[in-house]
Amino acid sequence: MTRTTGGNVSHEVLEDRAKFIRKETVRLSRIAGAGHYSSTFSCAELLASLYYDQMRIEPTQPGWPERDRFVMSKGHAAIGLYPVLADLGYYDPSELDTYTRLGSNFGDHPDMKKGRGLDFSSGSLGHGLSVGVGMALAGRMQSHDFRTYVMLGDGELSEGQIWEAVNSAGHFKLRNLVVLVDVNGLSIDGHTEDVMSIEPLGDRFAAFGWDVQRIDGHDLTAIRHAFAALERADSGKPQVIIADTVKGRGVARMEMSLDWHVGNLVGEDYDDVMAELDAGLKPIEPEATQ
Amino acid sequence: MTTEMQDESEIFRGTTTGATQLRDKRSVRGTPKAGMPAFVLGEELADLAETDPRIVVGTADLASANRTNDFRDRHPHRFVNFSIAEKNMITAAAGMASCGLIPYVATFASFSAILGAEQIRTDCAYPRMNVRVLGSHSGMSMGFYGSSHHALEDLAMLRCIADLKVVCATDANHLRAVLRASVEHPGAMYIRLGRGRDPVVYDTVPDISFDRAIRLREGQDLTIIACGSQVRAALDAANELQQDGISARVVDMFTIDTIDADEVRSAAEDTGAILTVEEHNITGGLGSAVAEVLLDLPRVPFRKHGVPDKFVEVGPPAALYAHYRLDKAGVTEVARELLARKA
Repeated sequence: MTRTTGGNVSHEVLEDRAKFIRKETVRLSRIAGAGHYSSTFSCAELLASLYYDQMRIEPTQPGWPERDRFVMSKGHAAIGLYPVLADLGYYDPSELDTYTRLGSNFGDHPDMKKGRGLDFSSGSLGHGLSVGVGMALAGRMQSHDFRTYVMLGDGELSEGQIWEAVNSAGHFKLRNLVVLVDVNGLSIDGHTEDVMSIEPLGDRFAAFGWDVQRIDGHDLTAIRHAFAALERADSGKPQVIIADTVKGRGVARMEMSLDWHVGNLVGEDYDDVMAELDAGLKPIEPEATQ
Repeated sequence: MTTEMQDESEIFRGTTTGATQLRDKRSVRGTPKAGMPAFVLGEELADLAETDPRIVVGTADLASANRTNDFRDRHPHRFVNFSIAEKNMITAAAGMASCGLIPYVATFASFSAILGAEQIRTDCAYPRMNVRVLGSHSGMSMGFYGSSHHALEDLAMLRCIADLKVVCATDANHLRAVLRASVEHPGAMYIRLGRGRDPVVYDTVPDISFDRAIRLREGQDLTIIACGSQVRAALDAANELQQDGISARVVDMFTIDTIDADEVRSAAEDTGAILTVEEHNITGGLGSAVAEVLLDLPRVPFRKHGVPDKFVEVGPPAALYAHYRLDKAGVTEVARELLARKA
């Protein structure tokens, strides 16, 4: 079958769905009493664009062999993925009210055995790209034309297994594999560039035989163009979209703050943040990205 | 050059094209082929793949040593060499399994089981992927290549992982049986293999179930429960003990997890003494698994026999087996020590 391409969903709808992802992250974190806010906010536009526009999926058939796959290698951002899957109809949104409670299908890190629509479990950083390599190899062996998308965080690029996988995808010329790197610039102990430098990231991927694009990961138009470029790519190489993002994007107090990797918003803080998110993204304070 | 040294040289060379020559050399030297069966891993998987399109095979730059090249030659498009990147191989196998394939990924046990333990747990067992991780050249069968290349801890490390079936292949025919039974096993497996030229225990491919040990020899005075390379040693020891009128039952407890508790119970009740023998660290492996069953039973003389909790000496495999009393003479001796306690 031919691939359907993205670009059919309006900018306004995607903007609204990114807002939805952020607000649901705040809501679910309150149920848990803790949540990975800022790592999820940084990839909200990427997630919205993938699931609402780009990926070939059929929520009524979560096991459809020809569906595109998505691996959330930075599994701690699953809190942003669960609401998307519910919204698309993989399960009843009310199930999310059990988030992290005893026996819930939805924990901080995703378990594919429990959540419909989850293509793989994750949580241990550095594994997801190898999963994607396996999926892409399987697609090739089975003569399927599905595409495998893997979302990596920038912090997990320090894991050696990532580079085993990057190397193998280049060697095997896995053109059906697409990596999105959410370069939000922070890991738990500090700025990624201080803790362990990952740059020049584009050159690193290119050296391993990948096609590289680098974009503003909060710019929905840029994301759309990057996805469109995937359709035109004819190099036979795996594709990486390096998305420069802002950790905590959307809530001023969280943007590029080391204090909000895991946090818990309660009381007036909760209401204030929900109101701030409702108002939509504001330009980033210049000092936030320093 | 002794036969033992020649065997060592074959570990890396395997037995494909070079194999024939080596085997010819060996036959010139008078080593009987029957005692040195070729590694059937790739051949058996290739046979199974003829009728099951889900079966795919991967290795980590050891296609010759583990003979997965026999599979590659017959099914090149269903074979992946991941090079020396075992973590990527095991996790990628899980990704392949999520798409409906049944990947068998093989390398030395020191690397598949020990280096890859977290990938086995998190990516294969936890999501219940139909991945079969194969660890060849297990135990100290790599001899003088040293402790980095030995796997004397793999059973202990892996048998505590939930939703992971852990089995030992005993010899070539038993490996065929394990592979055949593994195809329809739901969920992840670790299959521990020897060097591929393991002493023969089974003349034909046995009927097996992953929940049931195999009682190979009846006896009344004690039961030797063994796995892998030590099953042959246990049988030989039992024959030796028979010379003195001692009747030893021998059980191939190839199913390490889940252990066959009924067979352990019968051994305790029927023979009143149990000796476990394994090519594994004495801590955490077969002996420990059997001991966990025995804890709930009336006490009987019991002895765990394996490699002491120390990194082993350098030496050719046969010398190491003798040194650590993991051969016919050694197992016989240990069995006598245990029986002395029974009296």
